[in-house]
Amino acid sequence: MPSILIRDGRVIDPSQNLDRVTNLLIEDGRIAGYDVSPNGQDQIIDARDKIVSPGLIDMHVHLREPGREEDETIATGTAAALAGGFTSIACIPNTEPPIDTQGTVEFVQHQAARADNCHVFVVACVSKNREGKELAEIGQLVRAGAVGFSDDGAPVYDPELMRRAFEYCSMFDKPVLNHAEVRELTEGGVMHEGLVSMILGLAGMPSAAEDVMTGRDIVLAEATGGKLHIMHISTAGSVEIVRRAKRRGVRVTTEVCPHHFTLTDECLRTFDSNFKMSPPLRAQSDVEACIAGLVDGTIDVICTDHAPHAREKKMQELDRAPFGIVGLETALSLVITNLIEPGHLDWPAALAKLTINPARILGIDKGTLRVGADADVTIIDPAARWTVDPRRFKSKSANTPFGGWGLHGRATTVIVDGRVKYTA
Amino acid sequence: MSTETVDLGAIPAAWTRRHLLSLESLSAEEITIILDAAVQFKEVARDSRNKVPALVGHTVANLFFENSTRTRTSFSLAARRLSADTVDFSGAGSSLSKGETFIDTAKNIEAMGVDIIVVRHRTPGTPHLLAQNIECSVVNAGDGPHEHPTQALLDILTIREHRGDLRGLTVALVGDIQHSRTARSNIWGLQKLGAHVVLCGPATLVSRQWEELGVEVCHDFDEVLPRCDVVNLLRIQFERQVTRPFPSVREYALLYAMNKERLAKAKDDILILAPGPINRGVEVTPEVADGPHSVILEQVTNGVAVRMAVLWLLAGVRDGR
Repeated sequence: MPSILIRDGRVIDPSQNLDRVTNLLIEDGRIAGYDVSPNGQDQIIDARDKIVSPGLIDMHVHLREPGREEDETIATGTAAALAGGFTSIACIPNTEPPIDTQGTVEFVQHQAARADNCHVFVVACVSKNREGKELAEIGQLVRAGAVGFSDDGAPVYDPELMRRAFEYCSMFDKPVLNHAEVRELTEGGVMHEGLVSMILGLAGMPSAAEDVMTGRDIVLAEATGGKLHIMHISTAGSVEIVRRAKRRGVRVTTEVCPHHFTLTDECLRTFDSNFKMSPPLRAQSDVEACIAGLVDGTIDVICTDHAPHAREKKMQELDRAPFGIVGLETALSLVITNLIEPGHLDWPAALAKLTINPARILGIDKGTLRVGADADVTIIDPAARWTVDPRRFKSKSANTPFGGWGLHGRATTVIVDGRVKYTA
Repeated sequence: MSTETVDLGAIPAAWTRRHLLSLESLSAEEITIILDAAVQFKEVARDSRNKVPALVGHTVANLFFENSTRTRTSFSLAARRLSADTVDFSGAGSSLSKGETFIDTAKNIEAMGVDIIVVRHRTPGTPHLLAQNIECSVVNAGDGPHEHPTQALLDILTIREHRGDLRGLTVALVGDIQHSRTARSNIWGLQKLGAHVVLCGPATLVSRQWEELGVEVCHDFDEVLPRCDVVNLLRIQFERQVTRPFPSVREYALLYAMNKERLAKAKDDILILAPGPINRGVEVTPEVADGPHSVILEQVTNGVAVRMAVLWLLAGVRDGR
């Protein structure tokens, strides 16, 4: 395997509290050393004025395969991941069929290996067939390689099943990732319930629907000692509930998507279904609470909830169009543009939420540039300026609300296991 | 009737819109332009023998993806009295049931040479999406609970005819505000023309958040009624309600129906409006609906005039008149 020397980059590795300009050597697919001079390496990458980060990790990606290949495949989804700077992603099991057996986990792994883009880790179902009735065969799923459990797309609704999921997953030290939503409060809803939904006459999804389920899950995690990860947090109430739970030592982590710290429900005034997602875009006060949660560490991870939908599905009336947007190819730039440049987060803090934090939550040996680690590296040009053109996405779908936006910074080189997999 | 009695000159310079999608987006001046034009068309609207050649050579398509009798008929008559060709399209039994999207359906109708599409749809924002995707002018004839601009315009025209000016009037919208497109359009239109708007109904159908729009929210009809110059009684939209927002129809009628006893507490010259269809005995009792304070049928007549005005103005912009 060819050796690579990344020269003169600002290496930021939150896992080692490292932030300095240096040379980084990759040999045999692993991080081989720092401060190494050019000395016959097979490839030298000039990283002057660039940031060299552990390969980014997105722990919340919908790859759609098997079952909905018209929206995305594992090959296109992982290509999109690379284009966004991600070297590892975790895929969510709401496929058709859902990923609830050893066979389906192995199918995803096989397709990911065949695509040979980035690493794909599997989050498997909590319940058989995602029906929320019986636990899936979690032990076998862990043996097959599942790194966490979720019925996302839907919450684990039955509190008894959720309790058992925490208890059972604790045997394997695996997290339960839950979509926090009380469905009775959101039935028919297409957007955040508030002044804008009231004016537009669109059925609303109140913040309380998320807050109540977040509270329930924290109570159950506390009672069982289970590892809870609240997916795509979006409300000020939930952020505060998680903050308090963390203070008293509950094993709870959470994540936020770029659209939830960037956009508000005001965007729905366009009636564009690319602003329809679940949880919905919230009010400005919720956006500010999410940013505050990122700043004080309440929110551990930035993820995309990459949810591709074919154009014909999104080009419908707002109540018929499916929830969700693609996110892999815009996430890093939204973090840079909306969190780092305004000064909410510095580079190490932001990169921690995109590298070592998701790795720790999922228990995967990624997200670090320590010597001997797998050589997953993302080189970022923080000064790049670009305009989002969904037609150029690697993803099979283009359902983004950010088309035409001018963004700052992007990944220029992505290295997976010591091989250059993407160059902008 | 001929054009002699109607002065069909150029459209006012201040009117530049190609679509009528909402009253939220219109200025007071634009609303007044429509109302003034409607007055011009009233005589034509009133009599089936009347016609003006204002829209000769134009085709108006009614695309109704949701049931309607009076609005569809009113738009059809308005177009015909302007001498436009009309075509009716119903969502039921159309290619939508074969899987075609509503945008494709509208594009196909547009390709047949239609100039103005009047659209009703159960989903808020659908006319806006159409306006973004087709070249025709689009008139919103009701998009779910969002807006119903021509209904509000005819309500306002009716009030204006009786009171001359809306400034300083207190107008109560009573009933299912949450699910009412008529209420949403009325709130914008009435406030822009200077009326004080009161929303009245059970707390489950009228939240306090409406106050952020500058209206008054009241849950006690008997408290607010004596202060009202106009009461617009909105239908309970059972079909839009996900959960039942009040215990029973009987209890609703007890608290909010306009009946003889309540009428006795109202101002002597109170105007009673209802956008229809009315549920007799629920929002309003028959003796009030048919009584001297009711202007319900005048609203219907004004509806044709308002829709003529809207079609004339939109066609004028298309023609560069």
